[in-house]
Amino acid sequence: MAKQLMKGNEAIGEAAIQAGCRYFFGYPITPQNEVPEYMSRRLPEVDGVFLQAESEVAAINMVYGAAGAGARVMTSSSSPGISLKQEGISYIAGSELPCLIINIIRGGPGLGGIQPAQSDYFQATKGGGHGDYNLFVFAPASVQEMVDLIMESFDIADYYRNPVMILGDGTLGQMMEPVEFKTPQKRDLPPKDWATTGCAGREPNIINSLSLVAENLEQHNHKLQKKYKHMKEHEQRWESYKTDDAELVMVAYGTTARIVKSVVNKLRDQGVKVGLIRPITIFPFPEKAFAELPSTVKAFLTVEMSAGQMVEDVRLAVNGKHPVHFCGRTGGIIPAPAEIIKVATEIMGGEAK
Amino acid sequence: MAEMIFAGFGGQGVMSMGMMVAYAGMIEEKNVSWIPSYGPEMRGGTANCAVVVTADEIGSPIITEPDVVVAMNLPSMTKFEPMLKPGGMLIYNSSLIEREEGRDDITVIGVPANQLATELGNSRVANMVVMGTLLAKTEVVGTESIKKALRQVLPPHRHDLLGVNEDAIQRGAEFSR
Amino acid sequence: MKLIFDRPSALTDKHTHYCPGCTHGIIHRLVAEAIDELEVREQAIGVASVGCSVLAYEYFNCDMQQAAHGRAPAVATGIKRVHPDKVVFTYQGDGDLASIGMAEIVHAAARGEKITTIFVNNTIYGMTGGQMAPTSLVGQKTTTSPYGRQAEHCGYPIRMSELLSTLQGAVSVARVSVHDVPHILKAKKAIKKAFETQLSGKGFSIVEVLSTCPTNWGKPPIEALKWLEENMIPYYPLGEFRSPEEVK
Repeated sequence: MAKQLMKGNEAIGEAAIQAGCRYFFGYPITPQNEVPEYMSRRLPEVDGVFLQAESEVAAINMVYGAAGAGARVMTSSSSPGISLKQEGISYIAGSELPCLIINIIRGGPGLGGIQPAQSDYFQATKGGGHGDYNLFVFAPASVQEMVDLIMESFDIADYYRNPVMILGDGTLGQMMEPVEFKTPQKRDLPPKDWATTGCAGREPNIINSLSLVAENLEQHNHKLQKKYKHMKEHEQRWESYKTDDAELVMVAYGTTARIVKSVVNKLRDQGVKVGLIRPITIFPFPEKAFAELPSTVKAFLTVEMSAGQMVEDVRLAVNGKHPVHFCGRTGGIIPAPAEIIKVATEIMGGEAK
Repeated sequence: MAEMIFAGFGGQGVMSMGMMVAYAGMIEEKNVSWIPSYGPEMRGGTANCAVVVTADEIGSPIITEPDVVVAMNLPSMTKFEPMLKPGGMLIYNSSLIEREEGRDDITVIGVPANQLATELGNSRVANMVVMGTLLAKTEVVGTESIKKALRQVLPPHRHDLLGVNEDAIQRGAEFSR
Repeated sequence: MKLIFDRPSALTDKHTHYCPGCTHGIIHRLVAEAIDELEVREQAIGVASVGCSVLAYEYFNCDMQQAAHGRAPAVATGIKRVHPDKVVFTYQGDGDLASIGMAEIVHAAARGEKITTIFVNNTIYGMTGGQMAPTSLVGQKTTTSPYGRQAEHCGYPIRMSELLSTLQGAVSVARVSVHDVPHILKAKKAIKKAFETQLSGKGFSIVEVLSTCPTNWGKPPIEALKWLEENMIPYYPLGEFRSPEEVK
């Protein structure tokens, strides 16, 4: 298929449909409204169902029902709406149901703003709702990458029986870039013999996250943790850029990583040895990228559109070997190359702020 | 590398102008991005989009120092002229904007877009008149690519308007020569 | 030997955790009998809610999903949209449906969602230990209204059947009671009719079943049945509020 110029939010919808998603439940919130709008137009064309729910709370519970019934299903929202969905997401993770959740982040806390931000990193990567659970979280940096990852996400969700989240921001959702829909490599997926489809010819199936006997619930938690460990061992993804001889390694994901890449190029032109680690999965966090770095590395600089959330994961990965600095903007402001260059230069000159 | 901002009233076709440039860039196998201003700003009557066309990988799609600003009305010119790179280019709609003082470190081109469009018999192609000027004065994308892009951006039931749009592009180009 | 009484196939043989004298057991049986008589057990997908009936998935012998508090109608919506040919029902109490889940039930009904809701109203939160419910009667003593529910302080009990019957999508709305055998038989008919409404594809169906909670009301079972009849029915009149026959 030829390249098309598509808005990020619409590309999300098309990628999901091409990956076999036929059910969408959502509620309007800026800056992701083009996702439900696109789905409301496209899903009936492929015999799917688009339903605008009465709230984000209802939407995520419709996702729970549909996922439990064995369907490929998704929802999308933006920060305040994702907060509302947390209860349902916890139930989905607890009941081990596959689904895709899109968060096109806007600035917070509270009602916040509608400009791009990355301030939901903790919420996305550390569970988000109650209980010990994790989502599988992708953080694409371009519309094309977002499309590629979404097309894979439904397989990953089915493979692990775990919700997958795509963490984008207003920029990725609103921008248009050329995209191509390529069929991803298929995973070997087990049949959904656990789904509630009517019990003809078999024992009834039960979708449930309640477990009143403590020992049983602990066993269930061990099972979940084993799954997350497997993800950590097998699913870390990242892009290393010009890190081979780098003295300063910057770490950034999503829209911010694009800006940092330009910064790396500018500093390299000036002879400054900088590189970039761009996490593509943020859960599992790509710790392996840090283990592979050369001995030339002296320091790290994490750049985020938040008050410094991923910086904690970077510090864990670096494990005290080198200082980890932070540079970020909040509220919906995208860090400008000049300010990142200033901080990087200070670090390289031994004067970190 | 070209970073452009297209700005004007809602309805002046600035979003589709930007989209067409991005489309044409894609046809020429360059890297492109297009991003609108969104949210309450959209409701206030002014609209703008940022477009990047480049052979390199695109960093931020949001532009802080554009090479080119296309301003279809006064508030847009007032807002975006100060952001232009030194040596950058301002193309403004002189049918609606009476320009007085301004920067002297940029190239400034006024096009009476509404007037020329009305002369062509369709006031709604004012944006394509300005497009013609942009194409004549910069090397962002080629006119042929824009014509191809036009066919993609205009829905099939509007293809009867292809002719007048192409005329507008030519008129804008001629005017600026 | 002639078999005169048996467990419906739509119930498992698990002993329920319900308190002695609680009418949940009767209502479970009525739902199961309706499912059996309509021969839809293998097409049925039930949704258990949060409250005393949270473990309903262990008692109904069909596919089940357990839902978050109040969200059963949304979960059922998701299931029904995926399997429009299956029989989807929710089983919810008054705290679940009329308090925390008010939005979900109203909107499922408004959409005319082709599901059936069994709404068990016993005017109290049973599972959590007898707190005031949105359906607790004025003057009723609960653990969070120890002086009796005062209308000037926390308003009046909600009549869900009347409220939902204003919605066009709710095509079958009835309130029944299980305080004596004649009423149990009527309740059975209403529940079966609700499932039939779903099968006919006309829209949303709900049966509100007035029920007792001897434990949290602090009354012996027989006295509780009497209290229901004398106090609940005057405020919550029985009857059919919407019937599919009205719907063309």
